[in-house]
Amino acid sequence: MTSTGEAVQFWVLAVIAVGGALGMLLMKKAVHSALCLAATMLSLAVCYLAQGAVFLGVVQIVVYTGAIMMLFLFVVMLVGVSSEDSLKEQLKGQRVAAVLCGVGFGVLLIAGLANAKLSHFTGLSEANAEGNVQGLAKLIFTKYVWAFEVTGALLITAAIGAMVLTHREKIRERLTQRQLAAQRVKDNIQVPPLPAPGVYARHNAVDIPALLPDGTVAEDSVMSTLRERGQIRDVSQEMLQRMAELEEATADWLGRPSSARPQVAGPRQALETVPTPTKEEAE
Amino acid sequence: MNPVNYLYLAALLFTIGASGVLIRRNAIVLFMCVELMLNASNLALVTFSRLHGNLDGQILAFFTMVVAAAEVVVGLAIIVSIFRTRHSASVDDSNLMKL
Repeated sequence: MTSTGEAVQFWVLAVIAVGGALGMLLMKKAVHSALCLAATMLSLAVCYLAQGAVFLGVVQIVVYTGAIMMLFLFVVMLVGVSSEDSLKEQLKGQRVAAVLCGVGFGVLLIAGLANAKLSHFTGLSEANAEGNVQGLAKLIFTKYVWAFEVTGALLITAAIGAMVLTHREKIRERLTQRQLAAQRVKDNIQVPPLPAPGVYARHNAVDIPALLPDGTVAEDSVMSTLRERGQIRDVSQEMLQRMAELEEATADWLGRPSSARPQVAGPRQALETVPTPTKEEAE
Repeated sequence: MNPVNYLYLAALLFTIGASGVLIRRNAIVLFMCVELMLNASNLALVTFSRLHGNLDGQILAFFTMVVAAAEVVVGLAIIVSIFRTRHSASVDDSNLMKL
């Protein structure tokens, strides 16, 4: 049996670890998942330290939470912070089946452990007599030296693989600013600069498109990345509503009769589509 | 407390990671679930090392960490290059072997 201190520590850490893992599974956004996983990894590191695996505990903090999780966060930022899972199911009932499989697997695993005869444990006091790091070093450089060397080859392969996969070949020479300007005039699609995104009294952000005179959205005013991700915030409706309220309040203040009040613009309808004549009508 | 409780914790974490791989669609979150499974197996290895009183389990956990690091580097590079060509990190969207 272990000490009471370790038992208390285990139960606290186990709750954090399982909570973090469930959080990672259930959080919608990838950033939140990454942070939950970092919490789980930190609590596992303390578990390692408590079990006498000092070296592994420190490596867990430095390599996993320090390097791997940060790499994950970098990629999450690169791919888009708010990229969420699509809730559309490609295979019908796959999620329900997956949850059932998971529960069944867990029950099998835990039942198997419960049936094992594990009442006795040796403890690491003898193996760690010279110190944990020294003991591990002795094993790595004698019994496992071949595996250790192969690991070096693996790491170099991984580094080269990552570079090859993310490298982009430059196919043609980069155009200069003068050439780009000449091209723009020649194409004659958008010669002046693009419209700036919406700047209103209440809103000032790049994801709010400018409005055209008729109240519709000028898509060009928002940068293409946001347009592609569908992160444009259309506030034109809100603005028209506020304008209408303001007009009403002014009219109330001036005591205008209802006939003299400006007509309040109702909520803008979606652009009317011109009904295309069906075949029968055409005939 | 018996150290076997650590094994139960490892089994639970492994199960959560495995269900995550089946349930989630975002390739990055999928990768995090795989990492969680690797971590759970590491915890089991460390606990076994303590149960048996020798350090071989810890050596194995150490090698698992090295392989996990290499795997993450290559996997994330693949995700980034898929995202560049398809503008999506969802595993449902990539149905071709070529980029």
